[in-house]
Amino acid sequence: MRHAETTAGAMEHSLPMKAGRRGELWRRLRRNKWLYVMILPGLLYFLIFKYAPMYGLVISFQDFKPYKGIADSPWVGFKHFERLFTEPDFLQILGNTLILFGMNLLFFFPVPIILALLLNEVRVSVFKRTVQTLIYIPHFMSWVIIASISYVMLTMDGGIVNELIAYFGFQKVNFLLSPEWFRPMYILQVIWREAGWGTIIYMAAIASVDVEQYEAARMDGAARFRQIWHITLPAIRGVIVVLLILKIGDVLELGFEHVYLLLNSMNRRVAEIIDTYVYTAGLRQQQFSYSAAIGFFKSFIGLLLVMLANRLARKMGEDGVY
Amino acid sequence: MIEDRTISGRIFSAFNYTLLAAIALASFLPFVHVIAGSFTTNAELAASKFVLIPKVWSAEAYQFIFSTNTIFRAMAVSAGVTLLGTLLSILISSMMAYGLSRRDLDGRKPIMFAVVFTMLFNGGLIPTFLVVKELGLIDSYAALVLPIAVNAFNLIILKNFFQNIPDGLEESAKIDGCSDFGILFRIVLPLSMPALATISLFYAVTYWNTYLNAILYLDSSAKWPIQVLLRQIVVLASGIEYSSSLDGAVPPPDQTVKMAVIVVATLPILLVYPFLQKHFAKGALLGSIKG
Repeated sequence: MRHAETTAGAMEHSLPMKAGRRGELWRRLRRNKWLYVMILPGLLYFLIFKYAPMYGLVISFQDFKPYKGIADSPWVGFKHFERLFTEPDFLQILGNTLILFGMNLLFFFPVPIILALLLNEVRVSVFKRTVQTLIYIPHFMSWVIIASISYVMLTMDGGIVNELIAYFGFQKVNFLLSPEWFRPMYILQVIWREAGWGTIIYMAAIASVDVEQYEAARMDGAARFRQIWHITLPAIRGVIVVLLILKIGDVLELGFEHVYLLLNSMNRRVAEIIDTYVYTAGLRQQQFSYSAAIGFFKSFIGLLLVMLANRLARKMGEDGVY
Repeated sequence: MIEDRTISGRIFSAFNYTLLAAIALASFLPFVHVIAGSFTTNAELAASKFVLIPKVWSAEAYQFIFSTNTIFRAMAVSAGVTLLGTLLSILISSMMAYGLSRRDLDGRKPIMFAVVFTMLFNGGLIPTFLVVKELGLIDSYAALVLPIAVNAFNLIILKNFFQNIPDGLEESAKIDGCSDFGILFRIVLPLSMPALATISLFYAVTYWNTYLNAILYLDSSAKWPIQVLLRQIVVLASGIEYSSSLDGAVPPPDQTVKMAVIVVATLPILLVYPFLQKHFAKGALLGSIKG
């Protein structure tokens, strides 16, 4: 069938050469008109809710007033971007954002890899499946649920964690309001929600490793750790690199909802990140242009980083993402 | 594969099984604790410091939260948004994915590029808010659906799945006089049930979990979905923000009440999870590997 189709395709391409390429294109467009009708709603979605906001970024070069619209708001060049870099607040916020990103990379990123390697060593398939079932669940819970469960468990008045701490004779800890606990709490919640789900892609990569390699290694007397180190890890290196690139591209995407839910006036000093700042400055204080400029800066850096990381990966002989 | 017979191998296995069991338990225990806590009295919760099994069982927290219609209303909003949103998203996404899966479609490459580009760069919160406002969607339920109606990642998963359906089936249907819509709805979609189930689950979870868009676009608290109400009851009431943000005269809700609201918001997902679990791991891979 495939063969028949390719010959038909080839004929289609060769026949209308006389009629001219235009006529051929026009004929194909007409023949596929219902396909375009099918694509249209989705296309409109992307134009309206993705590309119109990109165009809307021009307000970061304006003093945008909602009642004037983009057409009539005055242009101010790089004013908001200059403000950004001279604002002491912003440097603090950028710092907070980068620290959370660093912690993400250091403490979260390796966890799914290690989990997948451990799961791969499990031979009892019922056990393996049960563990997988349980650790995927948190991924489907909203940040509101994750944060709410953390709140009821960690609160000073009656939360089980503090009750147990007190029961063993220690001082209760104000996890929810103290700036010192914000970052560990953030990263633990990320691990809780996403580590299990993150194993899926590594498990698939591991599953494609040739079993004979392990058998050969065992013949040579290689222990489990050596097998993991010399066979499994190299086999999933490509996947690790790709995910690392994507992660680096997401450097500033730390999850508005998540951080916003943990943010309060006591931990704001360490918990305010670019996203939450954009929300507060933009929608609460109506500084549309300034906060659009911050958002623009963020998206732009993200795009640059993903391109850079991709390049680097290719130089190192990996495939890259695109 | 054969189990390791060496001593070091056995020690490793024992350690590995214990560790994984502990991790699995740790990720699930908080849910069990909250469920257990919601089914007891506040006095019992405060007194016995149990983790899993209370001595006194009680449904008073549920009686309390269902004594007004606030929770019902929020659940109804979330259910409606989830149901209609998922239907709309699946419809738009599968039509677009099918169109883009057809190799004979002109313009397919630039459109795909435009879709992928939105995964790398976006206009951000403020410009998106202004677009939604310009469309007159502020304070409407449509604002919870339309801005997230199509997810580029889900679209690509579907497109890849459709591409793997043998072309021959479509060709012969076409010879039989089937239209493109007919092919999609009578042949391609019925063959793609696993992928559709996965993507429906992803969309449904996204809509059920909607929080950001609700606080961005909804003004009236009567329209709040369950996530916003949950946050209002649990998170705000727990911290020092309480007195300033809710009416300070009302005492903060009991711990058991908070837990009951968490359970109510979590339950729908826990209920559908086992049915769809077998599909989603495969679905998630289809998209992420081929991109």
